[in-house]
Amino acid sequence: MLMSTNAETRGTTTTWRRGREARDARIEAGSRLARGKVVEARDATRLMEAVVRPGDRVCLEGDNQKQADLLSSALLAVDPAKVNGLHMVQSGVVLPEHLDLFDRGVAKRLDYAYSGPQSARIARMLFGGKIELGAVHTYLELFARYFIDLTPHVALIAAVSADREGNLYTGPNTEDTPTVVEATAFKDGVVIAQVNEIVDRVPRVDIPADRVHFIVEAEKPFFVEPLFTRDPAAITEGQILTAMLAIKGIYAPYGVQRLNHGIGFSTAAIELLLPTYGEKLGLKGKIASHFALNPHPALIPAIESGWVQQIHSFGSEVGMDEYIRARSDIYFTGPDGSLRSNRAFCQTAGLYACDMFIGSTLQIDLQGNSSTVTTSRIAGFGGAPNMGADARGRRHPSEPWLKAGGEADPQGSALLRRGRKLVVQIGETFGDKNVPLFVEKLDAITLAEKLNLELAPIMIYGDDVTHIVTEEGVANLLLCRDAVEREQAIRGVAGYTEVGRGRDRNMVERLRQRDVIRRPEDLGINPLDADRSMLAARSIKDLVHWSGGLYAPPSKFRNW
Amino acid sequence: MEDFSFQHRARQRAGGTRQTAIIGVVASGNLEVLVERVLPDVECQLEIKTAAVGFGEVWNAVTADFVARYSPGGLKFSINDGGARPDTVSLRLAQAVRLIEEDGQ
Amino acid sequence: MTAPFKHAAQFPEGRASTTSFNEASARTRVALLLDAGSFVEFIGPEQREVSPHLKVFDLPEQFNDGIVVGRGRLDGAPVFVAAQEGRFMGGAFGEVHGAKLIGLLRAAREMVSIPVLILFDTGGVRLQEANAGELAIAEIMRAMMEARMAGVKVVGLIGGRSGCYGGGGLIAGCCSALAVSEPGRIAVSGPEVIETNRGVEEFDSRDRALVWRTMGGKNRRLLGAADVFTDDTIQGFRDAALELLGLVGAFDLDKLKAEQVRLADRLRSFGTCEDAVDIWTAEGVAHAESIPDLPADQFISLANKIGRTSRDAR
Repeated sequence: MLMSTNAETRGTTTTWRRGREARDARIEAGSRLARGKVVEARDATRLMEAVVRPGDRVCLEGDNQKQADLLSSALLAVDPAKVNGLHMVQSGVVLPEHLDLFDRGVAKRLDYAYSGPQSARIARMLFGGKIELGAVHTYLELFARYFIDLTPHVALIAAVSADREGNLYTGPNTEDTPTVVEATAFKDGVVIAQVNEIVDRVPRVDIPADRVHFIVEAEKPFFVEPLFTRDPAAITEGQILTAMLAIKGIYAPYGVQRLNHGIGFSTAAIELLLPTYGEKLGLKGKIASHFALNPHPALIPAIESGWVQQIHSFGSEVGMDEYIRARSDIYFTGPDGSLRSNRAFCQTAGLYACDMFIGSTLQIDLQGNSSTVTTSRIAGFGGAPNMGADARGRRHPSEPWLKAGGEADPQGSALLRRGRKLVVQIGETFGDKNVPLFVEKLDAITLAEKLNLELAPIMIYGDDVTHIVTEEGVANLLLCRDAVEREQAIRGVAGYTEVGRGRDRNMVERLRQRDVIRRPEDLGINPLDADRSMLAARSIKDLVHWSGGLYAPPSKFRNW
Repeated sequence: MEDFSFQHRARQRAGGTRQTAIIGVVASGNLEVLVERVLPDVECQLEIKTAAVGFGEVWNAVTADFVARYSPGGLKFSINDGGARPDTVSLRLAQAVRLIEEDGQ
Repeated sequence: MTAPFKHAAQFPEGRASTTSFNEASARTRVALLLDAGSFVEFIGPEQREVSPHLKVFDLPEQFNDGIVVGRGRLDGAPVFVAAQEGRFMGGAFGEVHGAKLIGLLRAAREMVSIPVLILFDTGGVRLQEANAGELAIAEIMRAMMEARMAGVKVVGLIGGRSGCYGGGGLIAGCCSALAVSEPGRIAVSGPEVIETNRGVEEFDSRDRALVWRTMGGKNRRLLGAADVFTDDTIQGFRDAALELLGLVGAFDLDKLKAEQVRLADRLRSFGTCEDAVDIWTAEGVAHAESIPDLPADQFISLANKIGRTSRDAR
């Protein structure tokens, strides 16, 4: 009785299987082009036209590193009369084709997380009204919405190889794929995979065949960008000084074992100082043992020196495959020996299982809010806001978390006190092209005003930041009692920027007496000692040596 | 290019016996500092030629802090700057003082 | 004329073995290459002999115009030294920079018994001083030839980040002998210039492995364009310089003719090779493609076994 009443109130008859029926129809249409699940590369555009319907939500991989470039081009080449008005939901807007879709009218609306390489063009297209923006997310946030209100109708993914049944090997750059497929395949979506080759037997099954509907063999391997390699030859004395300050002023006193490093030269310097400076300070075994981290080549010396117990990764890094295979004690690997990465799980690990995030940014304001947005570039959020945020749902204690919580709330009852994740912003007071790191008003605010956004795109909020490290010292914002102290603590490490020169000298001195600000000499560090000879590896070639020849750097980093 | 000249009084004479020292390289983001022990004990002079225009206030602040901290009495600093950051400037000045305070010619 | 700029022994013992030549400044290279504290600089920075041209371009000057010249001792014996600062305007030759080297070579010609070490680190002629730079290259080559004819040994050391390109490559070719390291490069036209003029299919300047296979220290050693290969430490270059100074013989017309024969023979043997790997294979190296990854000591023994040096030709 109740069921038929529901059907009447709905005003339509429903089989409750409309999604499934629609999916079956798409598959049927696509199957006309396929032999089993396999579609020839030259038929990829016609496959799109058969499977993708106007107004669909389409997830195009679009990961931080790997790109389903063949499927991207195939989608771009569709007849816009047949396929149009798509709602793109993807992690990364990386290839030019991703934005060409909007120029051609194939796509209309966008929800995404990261747009690094396209940050200038996407800003222009958003200003110009060519893209209807849903929202910019963090990776984990977008993944979460794949399961609630942004579930893809079609997923276009990239894998290393497939067998004829459709089992996929996604290999070291597994990244977002399991998450995308889970959301799409189990909610009546269609999954199309481009693969580098079709084999008799995949080295391991990353995506089971019953979740994959079509496979297209590409002529060349899918595109992967080396994003996490930093040449030690480019590390400056200033970055080494900030690294020393971070190790002695934060890692050591809080005893940080579990952490995430945002990519950058300052964190690369920290990684390369562990076997030397860290060793000298007697910190091995006490800090930096468990990482949520991509396979940074700069961490090789620390791994080889016995600092690291375990690393879980979001993705892989070009040139690291053989090294990872030979270090299964450290990295997550499959039975085939190659890395298994997973962005969703690694982001979750960074949120809940790490006691510290440390990374760099482009601008910090007087409350400690930071952003990488400028008025002409919108790079999105990626994973940083998620890693660089206090995890209020956390319950298990750890030494750094409790200590930080105690500093933030010294008066509160110990049993009710919340711990705090350490969120550290590290950088030199003047960045590239001598642009100041510290500003009174973030460009992100100006952008939000210009674009009429509901929220300014803030990467990390000031109330999540616990420390700021510059060449001038370490500011501990947990010990600041109010907004005025917070502002002066920030000005007190802002060096010779206008923000720094505008400090209240007396107040800054009082903050220093309370250890809210610690200068290098307060930590027993002489800036003149920050020398490149302290780096465990000073060149990419050194890293190759450290790895016993297992690390094979991409061409652009070679000087031999 | 922009030129600056700063004169300061220092608390005391810079230590050591060396008469000249040089540190650094002129390149983008870098600078060279030539330091000569040619002034009276409590005087200090900084002559700056910089490729980055419009940073007079910053140079003033950096050099004033440097003199207050290191008391480089008797020293003349001549700088060719390729647009280095203030903290790099401070570092080179400190390196120059350390060099000239070594013993030797 | 004021007293030359004498350098205190700033560095503790053993630093030469652990300091990368490639990374070090010209000044540090000289200080660690020579016997400790023996270096006396000519026309040092306190002389302020700067380029007369850079002001016009609103460009910063360097007090020594990017080259350190002077004399010192190598294992007790006197040497003249010139070291280019590769990070100042790419180590390029300008009027004053060139004049300092010309003067040094002419002094050597007069002294006869004191050899010259030139630490090259240059992209060639400074475009802003084009005519003066080109003239300097020509005058340097002439001064070098005159010095060599008078009996002076001139040894070039190549391992800096700017490499040894353009006019620098020409000058290097006139030296009595050359030592090179793996990051070092010797050529005349640079990779980008070749690509711009001949297309990316001819030479992809972004393929750095290709750049080093073609112009880098290992290929130069195997081709005989450089005589000694050393690992990238200042100690390595010091040892190489000593070795070469001990080996260099007299210079005369017969030597030049022998050099012509050597070069003609080299062109005949390898002129049609598409890639350095083909050259190395033709020279009898097994697994030639693995040469770029060979560590220095293994490469040196391999090169000595098959190496086409020019010790009897230059």
